[in-house]
Amino acid sequence: MPIKDTSRTAIKDLLFRMADDCLILGHRNSEWVGIGPVLEEDIAFASIAQDKLGHALSLYSILHEHLGEPDADTLAFMRPEGQFKCCHLVEIPTQEYDIALVRHFLFDTADRLRFEMLVGSSFEPLAQLARKIKGEITYHTMHANAFIRQLSRGSEEAHFRMQSALNEVYPLALGIFEPSEFEEVLAQEGIFAGEALLEKSWLETITPILEQAGLTVSANAEAALGGRKGYHTEHLSPLLEEMSEVFAVDPTAEW
Amino acid sequence: MITQNEVQEAAIWQALHDVADPEIPRLSVVDLGVITHVKVDDQNKASITMTPTFSGCPAIHYMQDAIRERVASMPFSEVEVKVSFEEPWNSNKISERGRAILHESGFAPPPKHDGYIELSVLEDVPCPYCGSHHTTLQSPFGPTLCRSIHYCNACSQAFEQFKPVA
Repeated sequence: MPIKDTSRTAIKDLLFRMADDCLILGHRNSEWVGIGPVLEEDIAFASIAQDKLGHALSLYSILHEHLGEPDADTLAFMRPEGQFKCCHLVEIPTQEYDIALVRHFLFDTADRLRFEMLVGSSFEPLAQLARKIKGEITYHTMHANAFIRQLSRGSEEAHFRMQSALNEVYPLALGIFEPSEFEEVLAQEGIFAGEALLEKSWLETITPILEQAGLTVSANAEAALGGRKGYHTEHLSPLLEEMSEVFAVDPTAEW
Repeated sequence: MITQNEVQEAAIWQALHDVADPEIPRLSVVDLGVITHVKVDDQNKASITMTPTFSGCPAIHYMQDAIRERVASMPFSEVEVKVSFEEPWNSNKISERGRAILHESGFAPPPKHDGYIELSVLEDVPCPYCGSHHTTLQSPFGPTLCRSIHYCNACSQAFEQFKPVA
């Protein structure tokens, strides 16, 4: 089915947001390989990172095969920072495990719900991918939910650290739902029901888990915006440079 | 009436039993359930469609090449192997024979599911060595994306499960 020109730009914007989030968070998660606090968590973050990169690859491939964009490697490694549409949440350095875990919980819950919403998308390539990916992400949220509950109910220090991490990361997580200029087209054409609906369903999902964990969020938290429009934190540029270091040496090399 | 093309398609399905999962060499790509479509057209071109177990599976291109190579040894004018999500994989697609091979290879096969996976499904996994249900889930993430790690409290053996995926 041919894609309308108005929808085309809107779909591209949506796909770049999703793909760039997965690519950047995949790299951040991979930074735990070899230094996870326990072996199982080392493996878990490595697996989640691999899934995220797989999801980024699949999304970039849709942009390449259906929407006339360059191939996945070029999109991942050759674009300037200003063309990236990822939210600030995925950009911040890994720092401590509490930050990594809270980010994993907040992002992956939103990611799972987004793919669930996209299962019925009128843009069939994305709907097909969503049907596949939603089963995989179940494992990510299962892992995140279990650890958020366990650590927050641990020692006083553990609870304090989880709450502090949440205070720091929560405004960044609200930036996931920064509306695009295409919300109306996406909803009208049945492509994606929109960021506002996603945010509502995300809040309904995380609230009971946070309550069980004894964690609270500020109702006045202000979303960190700009990422979806190409304005990023100072952490993205060095990461992109590091990611493309090998590729840039010889972009035409056969691997 | 069975057409000549259908006979050829059956021959391809048979041949694909020779192509193994690179991680579990006794398990063929057919029993793993990743082959979704086999078609031979009137120009004698063979088209095979496959789908990954996990979308980030790094073995998919290895399997794609192995399938192409196996079918290229058969008398077709052209062989095409496509990767598609049109008919996505889920763990119920593993054949009965595939499940038996997993068990014999020391893996707990994934339990059959009805489209929804709960944590409890992952936690109650019988040990493939001694059959005991007195096992503990160590981690839902294992050495590959499709496997989880468990421990049998009865025979003190660590083992892996081929994960259920909806």
